[in-house]
Amino acid sequence: MTYVSLNSVKKSFGPTEVIHGVTMDIKEGEFIVIVGPSGCGKSTLLRMVAGLETISSGEIEIAGVVVNDKEPMDRNIAMVFQNYALYPHMTVYQNMGYGLKLAGDSKAEIDQKVQDAAELLQLSELLNRKPRQLSGGQRQRVAMGRAIVRKPSVFLFDEPLSNLDAKLRVQMRLEIRDLQRKLGITSLYVTHDQVEAMTMADRMIVMNGGRAEQIGTPLDVYRKPSSLFAAQFIGSPAMNIFDARIENNTLQMGETIIAAIEMPDQAVKLGIRPEHFVPSPTGAIKISIKATEPLGANTLLHGKLSGMGQNITVSMQGVHELSEINPTMAFDVERENIHLFDASNGKRLS
Amino acid sequence: MAEAQGMVQKTGAHLWITHVLMITGVLVIFFPIWLAFVASTVTQPEIVSPPMPILPGDHFWENYKAALFSGVNVPVATMLINSLLMAIGIAIGKIIISLLSAFAIVYFRFPGRTFFFWLIFITLMLPVEVRIVPTYEVVASFGLLNSYSGLILPLIASATATFLFRQFFMTIPDELAEAARVDGAKPMRFFVDIVLPMSRTNIAALFVILFIYGWNQYLWPLLITTDPEMNTIVMGIKQMFPSGDDVAEWPVIMATSILAMIPPVIVVISMQKLFVRGLMDSEK
Amino acid sequence: MEKRVIFRGWLLPICLVAPQLIISVVFFFYPAAQAVWQSLFIPDPFGLSAQYVGLGNFEYLLSDKYYRASFVTTAVFSILVTLCSMVPALFLAVCADRLIKSSGIYRTLLIWPYAVAPAVAGVLWMFMFNTRVGIISWYLGQLGYDWNHVLNDGEAMGLVVVASAWGRISYNFLFFFAALQSVPKSVIEAGAIDGARFWRRFFDIVLPLITPTAFFLMVVNVVYSFFETFGVIHTITSGGPQQATTILVYKVFSDGFVGQDLGSSSAQSVILLVLVGALTIIQFKYVEKRVHY
Repeated sequence: MTYVSLNSVKKSFGPTEVIHGVTMDIKEGEFIVIVGPSGCGKSTLLRMVAGLETISSGEIEIAGVVVNDKEPMDRNIAMVFQNYALYPHMTVYQNMGYGLKLAGDSKAEIDQKVQDAAELLQLSELLNRKPRQLSGGQRQRVAMGRAIVRKPSVFLFDEPLSNLDAKLRVQMRLEIRDLQRKLGITSLYVTHDQVEAMTMADRMIVMNGGRAEQIGTPLDVYRKPSSLFAAQFIGSPAMNIFDARIENNTLQMGETIIAAIEMPDQAVKLGIRPEHFVPSPTGAIKISIKATEPLGANTLLHGKLSGMGQNITVSMQGVHELSEINPTMAFDVERENIHLFDASNGKRLS
Repeated sequence: MAEAQGMVQKTGAHLWITHVLMITGVLVIFFPIWLAFVASTVTQPEIVSPPMPILPGDHFWENYKAALFSGVNVPVATMLINSLLMAIGIAIGKIIISLLSAFAIVYFRFPGRTFFFWLIFITLMLPVEVRIVPTYEVVASFGLLNSYSGLILPLIASATATFLFRQFFMTIPDELAEAARVDGAKPMRFFVDIVLPMSRTNIAALFVILFIYGWNQYLWPLLITTDPEMNTIVMGIKQMFPSGDDVAEWPVIMATSILAMIPPVIVVISMQKLFVRGLMDSEK
Repeated sequence: MEKRVIFRGWLLPICLVAPQLIISVVFFFYPAAQAVWQSLFIPDPFGLSAQYVGLGNFEYLLSDKYYRASFVTTAVFSILVTLCSMVPALFLAVCADRLIKSSGIYRTLLIWPYAVAPAVAGVLWMFMFNTRVGIISWYLGQLGYDWNHVLNDGEAMGLVVVASAWGRISYNFLFFFAALQSVPKSVIEAGAIDGARFWRRFFDIVLPLITPTAFFLMVVNVVYSFFETFGVIHTITSGGPQQATTILVYKVFSDGFVGQDLGSSSAQSVILLVLVGALTIIQFKYVEKRVHY
């Protein structure tokens, strides 16, 4: 059942169009992550859903109602901001209850809702503190609390974890996702961090230059990136991209034949994820290894394609030292892990 | 070791010299106030046969009572109240109109905004002294001579406070206004619930500065208060000197001078931190 | 710098700026325009009609020897007040800066004179130098110096300068002190390691670092001596003797209110207006520069 729908939503600042038409249907209870590099328009898109930016053309519907001209408060949304935007002069309790107070709830109702939310977020002890007396993680929780007390129909998150340190980020990631599942509230979550996108999203929108490059589940995007951009943005370390060509139904790179592929002759971009190289003495791809980065569970090998000089990164299971491994190694790649993109427009070919 | 000790001792001696210089400086600067205080505690004959004493006498209550409740033209108590009303009126009036217009300029885009901005910018340049004659005529034509409105209104038409608040509002994160919007706050709600409480310190600092500005006004009250009942204390002192060859009632005049400086001094000293902050801010 | 557009609507913001707008127009722009207008006329002695004279008032003023003298008086007065208030303030600030622990007490004591109104300061100083009862003039008399600022031009000027500068010392002290406190200690220590003695360090290292503050204070003090010293002059000398202490602002007042010469007074206002405008622009140019530091 569609709950939030974006219908060719566009945004212009003066003559400059920054969002070039995004269309998407979001089901009730879904957790959607909008991911992309800075300046791709992801925050603007979210702010348009929130009602903080006007919509230049297209329509946004929430729960079956077009909300283009509605004030944020009339859209029944709640938003968590990057810097939390807690009111500095109010206590945690007042911060969480402010929206309810404005909505005209009685004191008893406000108290009930704030106490419930505080308990859920383990904030009960902190209700009388001011924001400046809280740690980063606690502030983050208060911002969440302020969002959930109002039982909104949509949650909007604008890079809510980017001000936290790495460890806390992992923890809060889980907490947010857990809470959202528990409450079952439809959520839009903006981030530039592809790990957050992969781990949290039911579905994600990969944005680039004001366009939705791909909309799909994390695994969809990972397995079948629909463009060169999506392929490189999602996955860590990033996918290796090589110039290659199709000739006589074979995929060739330089003089090397990589695989047999039935396709018309053309120049292509070949993408292979570092984790998809399989060591094989007869492998077609020969790499001279220049450096290794043991990460623990796996090791990154940095090297160059033999005879081609192109940089390449390979991820191998286990720990490997540069001194222990063969300076030149050969790899195979399975057909399903070979990504081909149009050399001119970056669209996926197969 | 000996070297190090020598340095410490030298520093100690230097420190003492600095203290002595500083104390001398403070004494010299304080002397006029001290002398006024002494003069306000002795009798007229002690003053008119110089040199006057430089230690306080025992006529403190007598002189201050005479000043406060009889004065020369009008009891000083009346002038004190006038000054207080004027200073508070100017401070509060200026703060209110500046808060409102700064809020409008920062948080709205409305027709004439830039024009308005330049209008108030120009008012920064022209102190009341420059336009006294026509301003006097305007106030007179409104029938505001010898009135509190006449004392206050022309002096609150200045833009310093507006600029100060504008500067402060610009530092309030945008997200706060957006969060308030999402919470359902209309503009004036946001102003009252978020902006005002956040500006408390700035408002207080500005109040201190403006109170002193208002209290210390001289030329304007001199022009528009012809009725002694409306005199402010700062301008009233001069009116206590007799014209011609009569001898001034020094103890009463000096008691009045001390009374005239007590309120601003109390404000400045008790709110020193705010005052210094306000001073530094308003000159930026 | 601008905020993201936050609130919509135009009626509310216009209502919000209305009070300031109305007060500025009624008590500010209208009178200022009036001053410019009146400066072009000479009213008849009964104030019933006025004759248009164009720039006649200005021509007359600029050729008037009293007005020109008033310009010189103002210049001398401003320079003296600025010097007499800045030099002692800097000296005291340097001392206070060395006494970090007790500087708070000294600061509290030194702030006092700032709170004293210029007019009251005038009364205090006049009292000390009063020709009949003044304690200082009496001691000067004992030393064989006959002080009489009522008759002597130079003494009158000296007295109004000191009385005007007195309260400003506090103000300048606060700014110099803040500037000195913000000079990085490491720079001074580096100077000390290089072997520079205290005063050497002060002139070579500290002073250049606080010149922006000094320049700023200079402009502010000149503006102060132009306008806010009216109370001092009115209480001590009333512009005398023989106009020796009649600065420009005082002349606007005495010609306009005492002499009732509206055309001339207005023309003087306009000239002052231009002067202040220029000073303000200098001040803002400077402030702008300071922002870029």
